[in-house]
Amino acid sequence: MLDGFLALYIFMLAAFTGYEVIARVPVILHTPLMSGSNFIHGIVVIGAMIALGRAESTLEIAIGFVAVLLGAGNAVGGYVVTGRMLDMFRASRTPRS
Amino acid sequence: MTGWLTSVIQVCYFAAAFLFILGLKRMSSPRTARGGIGWAGVGMLLAVVATLFLPGLKHRELMILALVLGTLAAWWSARRVAMTAMPEMVALYNGMGGGAAAAIGGAQLYGYSSHVVQLLGGGTYAVAGYEAPSTSHLALALLGALIGAVSFSGSLVAFGKLQGWLDRRFVFAGQRAVNGVLLVVTVALGIWLTTGHLDTASITIFFALALLLGIAMTMPIGGADMPVVISLYNALTGLAVAFEGFVLGNEAMIIAGTVVGAAGTLLTQLMARAMNRSLGNVLFGNFGASGQPGQAIAGAQKPIDAPDVAVMMAYAERVVIVPGYGLAVAQAQHKVWELAQLLIARGVKVRFAIHPVAGRMPGHMNVLLAEAGVPYDLIADMEDINPEFPSVDVALVIGANDVVNPVARTDPSSPVYGMPILDVDAAHQVVVIKRGKGTGFAGIENALFYADNARMLYGDGQAAVSALISATKALDA
Repeated sequence: MLDGFLALYIFMLAAFTGYEVIARVPVILHTPLMSGSNFIHGIVVIGAMIALGRAESTLEIAIGFVAVLLGAGNAVGGYVVTGRMLDMFRASRTPRS
Repeated sequence: MTGWLTSVIQVCYFAAAFLFILGLKRMSSPRTARGGIGWAGVGMLLAVVATLFLPGLKHRELMILALVLGTLAAWWSARRVAMTAMPEMVALYNGMGGGAAAAIGGAQLYGYSSHVVQLLGGGTYAVAGYEAPSTSHLALALLGALIGAVSFSGSLVAFGKLQGWLDRRFVFAGQRAVNGVLLVVTVALGIWLTTGHLDTASITIFFALALLLGIAMTMPIGGADMPVVISLYNALTGLAVAFEGFVLGNEAMIIAGTVVGAAGTLLTQLMARAMNRSLGNVLFGNFGASGQPGQAIAGAQKPIDAPDVAVMMAYAERVVIVPGYGLAVAQAQHKVWELAQLLIARGVKVRFAIHPVAGRMPGHMNVLLAEAGVPYDLIADMEDINPEFPSVDVALVIGANDVVNPVARTDPSSPVYGMPILDVDAAHQVVVIKRGKGTGFAGIENALFYADNARMLYGDGQAAVSALISATKALDA
């Protein structure tokens, strides 16, 4: 089990990292970046897998199954949508005649 | 030996956390953005595969089944959705993440409840051999579940609103008080649960209240504010994921969730600022619902036909096209670029002016125009283009309304007062393509439509622009 204060330090450093990493981002990237960060919290899927893997009662198994389903949807949907948005930017950067 | 396996899994989680931060960093610059999501994707794949091998887990076949089903459904829906519907898809996938976080909390809490026996005189004791969760553990599981559930139901309402399924804002007297009471009751029940009163019924009621809270919070918010709300729920989901990460002792979840929570909060602030609103105002302001529709505007809207507009633009020196959400709805971005190319071929200087919050999300219009193939250098920001409007011959407004409403500059009683707008009314001629005479998303009359130099071209964006294209081509015939 993770030491309480160590977890708190991780929390603090990660919060500053998140803030600093996207400070000064141009407006045109707001939507893709929102979508990209939406993808990253799709990491919830591994928590869902752990919850399902530790489930004992039928109720817990059912909840865990739904959690994995939703988490996988978050990760995959977020990835595909973000990729499609960013493809648009790449396409427009190639010079056209 | 599970020792080395655990180490490998830990290394994978570490690499995933690193790749997420690297990916996010690269996504914040246009040049490297496309690669950024790829790196983050590698991180996700590593973390999921590593978790499949985590020792001591049961139900692996169910796990894989759920992963495959969720992946197929999301892949299929995300590939086929139109670019214009991206904001609602972000809301939907975000809601799924919030729901997953809430479900993790739920599985933990129901698990605790089945191991903890309630004593008659209050207090509890754990079943032999079961390590009772600490109070901080319980509190974090509950907090993550609460935030995740609010984000889940709230995001779904936002999705429904953007889809047009819930197009009316749901407002009643004393709504804020009711929502406040709902929040207080939910938190109080959560605290009560934290003190060890973990029975199944109370946990179920807690989740029902949390889901209801998300719905109640989102229903009164107008569609124009949805991007800010979705961004806020995105940050909240990140936070919920981080809290459930604490509960499960999973560092990758803590780091990824917290980074998104912080980055999402900053994004939300940036978006709210671009609309010149505070976050509190978005959430509780009841935008445009105060029964005060702004001052009535004297004069009449003056209609114009497509051939006249074509002549006006074809013989102009400078034309600025201002797209708004109507362009996205009508899927007219390709037609608009075709029209612009026709004009450019005739020697007209054409530029596109994009308001920071045009469309449903900041950057929404840029994405659509980029999809149609409009080069970057023809797209201007509000700060760059505003001083140039007095020398513009024709400003063509397509499906934009509130972001060009001069009332924002002139009428302090208007709900949009103070929001920076595109000064299209300074152009010599303004042509507005609009479906009907209704007000914009904020429900406010637009003084621009009644201005002396403004003409209205009624019709669906796609049809109106097509008419302009054929009328422009007819000039040479």
